[in-house]
Amino acid sequence: MLYREAGQFKTSYEADAAIFPIRQDRIAIAVILAVAFVAVPLLATPYLFSAILIPFLILSLAALGLNILTGYAGQLSLGSAAFMAVGAFASYNFVLRVPGIPLLVAFAGGGLSAAAVGIVFGLPSLRIRGFYLAVATLAAQFFILWCLSKIGWFSNYNPSGVITAQPIVILDYTFDTPPAKYLLVLSIVAVMALAAKNMVRGNVGRQWMAIRDMDVAAEVIGIRPMRAKLLAFAVSSFYCGVAGALFAYAYLGTVEPEAYNLDLSFRILFMIIIGGVGTVLGSFLGSAFITLLPILLSTTITFLDTSLHFSIPSSVASNLELMIFGGLIIFFLIVEPHGLARLWQIAKEKLRLWPFPH
Amino acid sequence: MQFFFEVLIGGLLSGVMYSLVALGFVLIYKASGVFNFAQGSMVFFAALTFVGLVEHGLDFWLALPATLLVMVVLGIVIERVVLRPLINQPQITLFMATIGLSFLIEGLAQIVWGSGVHGLELGIQDEPIQWISDNTGINVSKFDLMAAGVAAVLVSTLAVFFNRTRIGRALRAVADDHQAALAVGIPLQQIWSIVWAVAGGVALVAGLLWGARNGVQFALTFVALKALPVLILGGFDSIPGAIVGGLIIGASEKLAEVFLGPYVGGGIEGWFPYVLALLFLLVRPEGLFGEKIIRRI
Repeated sequence: MLYREAGQFKTSYEADAAIFPIRQDRIAIAVILAVAFVAVPLLATPYLFSAILIPFLILSLAALGLNILTGYAGQLSLGSAAFMAVGAFASYNFVLRVPGIPLLVAFAGGGLSAAAVGIVFGLPSLRIRGFYLAVATLAAQFFILWCLSKIGWFSNYNPSGVITAQPIVILDYTFDTPPAKYLLVLSIVAVMALAAKNMVRGNVGRQWMAIRDMDVAAEVIGIRPMRAKLLAFAVSSFYCGVAGALFAYAYLGTVEPEAYNLDLSFRILFMIIIGGVGTVLGSFLGSAFITLLPILLSTTITFLDTSLHFSIPSSVASNLELMIFGGLIIFFLIVEPHGLARLWQIAKEKLRLWPFPH
Repeated sequence: MQFFFEVLIGGLLSGVMYSLVALGFVLIYKASGVFNFAQGSMVFFAALTFVGLVEHGLDFWLALPATLLVMVVLGIVIERVVLRPLINQPQITLFMATIGLSFLIEGLAQIVWGSGVHGLELGIQDEPIQWISDNTGINVSKFDLMAAGVAAVLVSTLAVFFNRTRIGRALRAVADDHQAALAVGIPLQQIWSIVWAVAGGVALVAGLLWGARNGVQFALTFVALKALPVLILGGFDSIPGAIVGGLIIGASEKLAEVFLGPYVGGGIEGWFPYVLALLFLLVRPEGLFGEKIIRRI
């Protein structure tokens, strides 16, 4: 009853091709944004901000970046964390070496540097496909992290390799409390997510999807595969780079290569697979799932320990967490291979017909 | 020059060890098109189970078949529980499932056997062979040579198994075309169980050799990452490719580390194989011996 687009007539092509063509969607997005911007900062605790909300948003952005590359353009990548690292280190160096640079410009610079590196490592995608490409992107993962830790210039010759990130100061306001950091991250993520949503519905996004579905056919109908693929690598790496910079500045507070290891790449890949490949919404759902799951598991184990006196040795507990994590991933893949976003699709279909079953 | 040959031979022999891990990947990819990321965890699991059994007082020659049995059961269970419900899913979904599987196996292995480092003694010392070093001045490790011998035996057994037996022919048919194989009455699921079981056996051999060399510990799972460049160099679906790729990667990696490493600060072993394989792929996108990819609309 509530979710039905009957009666919403489109009188122009612009209205028909809008980012959110259905009025209820627009209202829902406005409500979600209002809650995220107003209600959450008023209600949430500092722990919630720094342990859950901030990493969730940042990793959503990274997952969005990977989703553009893997979900829309069909190029499997296992090196997204490395591009995040490029973004973080580039931002750090911009702030360090360019006096008086606004921080947001430094973040954008970090994103652009990541995009440039992404294009270089995207070049093999013109020749290599599928899993060969996936393994080739591992080259980016190992090579970039090796460069960042071996070449002293990147870390300003810091002997420990762990650098403290500069404070976040924008227009003389210091973002140092968790709610302030949260609002900054949220604003950047919201703008970039909207931009992504806009991009994938337009010409560029359709080129990517054509390449993904069959690159030879796409080439035949006049899409330049080189341009489309490299653009996908560039845009994806830009998103990952900005996410990496935020990860360092707003979440970790340090810039270090070790934070961007292969494990993080895999986690981002999990996010888009579990959330839904080729959907913007899926990046957020997947990120929420992967961020919350370990916290939920450890809370459950502590709960079992404290209230039910069913104590599990800590070595077993961490391995049990690992097992449950792996098991749940397999379970989700079996139950819903198209991801959590698909569940929302199904719900939408049902809502349109509600209260009738067919 | 002598030093060069010593490094080269050391590299070639360690390449054989990579090949052993890569072989497990190839077997599964050939028969089911699944890129099995959990192979490294299977190597770890097999080695840990073997060491655990031996430490609980089981005889070496009794522990070997017992572990093999465990690996076979593991393979069958994986096929039944993970792969069968995922038939007809895109390859990336299956790949992700195997990453989940690797977490599961790693967690299971460490819960059952603990997460400490175990030593493994195969009765062969990791020392240079006196006779060769006396005559040519090159140090060749006895252990490495034995590992190469084991690999040779394993590969020839697999070759005979694939080419001369009924199951082997069925495996090749499945690898060639799933549907055609089904149509002529080959039981696909049974074949997949067999392949996973064989891959488990290969993982056991690799786990024993790697475990004896580096100790049985969690780091054994990273061996899989070493095997990936070998795979793309040799081609995902070629057993000779895994061997030749392993030799090339092993040799070039050691040569690069010794002769190139000092100039750039060392530690290049981690990425050099990948970059090498990547450059190689630009010339031959399907690897050395991989099946030629023909693309049609």
